[in-house]
Amino acid sequence: MPAGLVRSAWAYRGFITGSVKREFQSRYQRSALGAVWIVIYPLVMMFIYTLVFSKLMKAKLPGLDSEMAYSIYLCAGMLTWNMFSEIVSRSMTMFLENANMLKKLSFPRICLPIIVTLSACINFSIIFGMFTVFLILSGNFPGLIYFAILPVLIVHIVFSVSLGIILDVLNVFFRDVGQFFAIVLQFWFWLTPIVYPISVVPESLRFLIMFNPMTYFVGAYQSILVNTPWPYLANFLPVLLITIAMVMIGRVLFRRRMGEMVDEL
Amino acid sequence: MSSIRVINLGKAYKQYSSNLDRLLDWMLPNSPPRHKLKWALSNISFEVSPGESVGIVGANGAGKSTLLKIVTGTTRATTGTVEINGRVAALLELGTGFHPEFTGRQNVLMAGQLMGIDLDEIIALMPEIEAFAEIGGYLDQPLRTYSSGMQMRLAFSVATAKRPEILIVDEALSVGDAYFQHKSLDRIRQFRKEGTTLLIVSHDRYAIQSVCDRAILLSDGQLEWQGLAEEVMDYYHAMLAQRENQIIKHVRHADGRFETVSGTGEATVIDIALIDAEGHRTEVIEVGTEVTLAVKIAVKAPIQRLVMGYMIKDRLGQSVYGINTHRMDIPVIDAMPGEEITYRFAFPMNIGKGHYSISTSLSRYDSHLDMNYEWRDYGLIFHIINTKYADFVGCAWLEPKFSFERQAPALPSPE
Repeated sequence: MPAGLVRSAWAYRGFITGSVKREFQSRYQRSALGAVWIVIYPLVMMFIYTLVFSKLMKAKLPGLDSEMAYSIYLCAGMLTWNMFSEIVSRSMTMFLENANMLKKLSFPRICLPIIVTLSACINFSIIFGMFTVFLILSGNFPGLIYFAILPVLIVHIVFSVSLGIILDVLNVFFRDVGQFFAIVLQFWFWLTPIVYPISVVPESLRFLIMFNPMTYFVGAYQSILVNTPWPYLANFLPVLLITIAMVMIGRVLFRRRMGEMVDEL
Repeated sequence: MSSIRVINLGKAYKQYSSNLDRLLDWMLPNSPPRHKLKWALSNISFEVSPGESVGIVGANGAGKSTLLKIVTGTTRATTGTVEINGRVAALLELGTGFHPEFTGRQNVLMAGQLMGIDLDEIIALMPEIEAFAEIGGYLDQPLRTYSSGMQMRLAFSVATAKRPEILIVDEALSVGDAYFQHKSLDRIRQFRKEGTTLLIVSHDRYAIQSVCDRAILLSDGQLEWQGLAEEVMDYYHAMLAQRENQIIKHVRHADGRFETVSGTGEATVIDIALIDAEGHRTEVIEVGTEVTLAVKIAVKAPIQRLVMGYMIKDRLGQSVYGINTHRMDIPVIDAMPGEEITYRFAFPMNIGKGHYSISTSLSRYDSHLDMNYEWRDYGLIFHIINTKYADFVGCAWLEPKFSFERQAPALPSPE
């Protein structure tokens, strides 16, 4: 990010932290269980997938027999996927949702994606923190390599935000983009080895999955946490390049179309 | 150095006949554009010096709000530049960014931060915001329980909690009850005294003339006229009544004032004079003396029904007194070309000292919006002086017959 953007965002840090807090509160303020809902939803999903795939369909990870391993594998992919999909789908509509504010108030526009990302990250840290506690308690903590998640996570977040911004700008001008991408996300989820290991995919279709950048992100988490012998960590470079390209495209689009965008809202 | 400098500003909206055209435009930047440009503003140039206050007026769709948005920075100009020196606070729409689920206090904190004010500073300003908004115990209630008037009060109080160097206001003044409108206008005037530069859009003549030094008139995205606030308002007024074949002209007088004349021209005022008791023309009049306003009209074309009206306005352009012959039920029927009509209105000049102007209207019925033969502002300027009576303030001469009595304090009665 160029220095100007950082500086203007920093000047509005009060607004950013306030909005994140407000968003967090407003989501749960009037519900009895409050923040517990953040945890319940993925827990239920996890339970269903473990039941269906591990118990009913007897899916096994190559080289690992433990039943627990599948659940961890699933969590590693699913929790991070949820973060990705939250950032993308929320930022995809943030300009439209805040149309009135954009039209009537003068503030650094970059604040909006930052707010969306921060609040997604908070949700993610809560649930991933619990997951980590579970790993430690169940004796499945992978050791120091656990911290290798951080750099992957950072790249992953940058990737998600950039994609979100690109889609958001496009969505303002072409409203079909939002609708279309909601469907794409569904396909994308199943085209990423999250609930199934890549080994179950027929050789002839595997190329599809190898072209998917999410495979590499999710693969990295999985290989760190489950110690599956996958080569993705080594193949991380292309994903890094893709991410950088996304940032560039996002920046250009954001810069060029911002002025015109407010007229379209 | 000026606070706001707008140079050759233009704003065009792109109009595409379909989304496909837009997509092609994006994909093929070198091919001829597939959109039409709709110019909302063009060739706008003006400057606002520090501490000055300028009103922007114009009919709906003239580009006023677009101009404010560009100056505020929410929209980008297509051509030209805007230079701003100083901290800007913009009241484009009150209450933007408020969240109904949160309390007034929480919303104040957010709104303040959204304006770029530090949290500590907003907390320090909170008592003052609370006092100005006058919403009592509601400050700690969720915003959804507020009436819209209360929301406006709170929003205005936050937005103006800290005196900005440049304040931009878009019609925000016309919300809320009369009491709060006055209060907010007073605050804006106070800012002005303390040196805030003001740019304001309003339809309210009183708001513009009582706050602004100068005004800018926009018409169809063009800068039609800029000058002293009351001159521009008069011109705007004349423009509103503009019909086909109507002529608007300005005559600059020796004293530097503009006389604005508009109308279809079937009849015209050829002379306006104030005549004193001795029968002499006068422009300096003692408070309370009898005068006669004589207005001579020349008829240029046959007029089926002619109504003549006049209005005395103070230096701010506020109406002091106005009447027309429709309301007095003495219209002239079937006026012929070449005819001259002289009206005489005798009255005691019971108004306060200062200078005043007289506007005249020639129309068919009560309103000049129906058929406007001629509307003339600043037809005559006169001065009221007060050398005979005690020096009073105000625009009305309400001569009191007075008496007073004194009563000694009651002495303690001896026991």
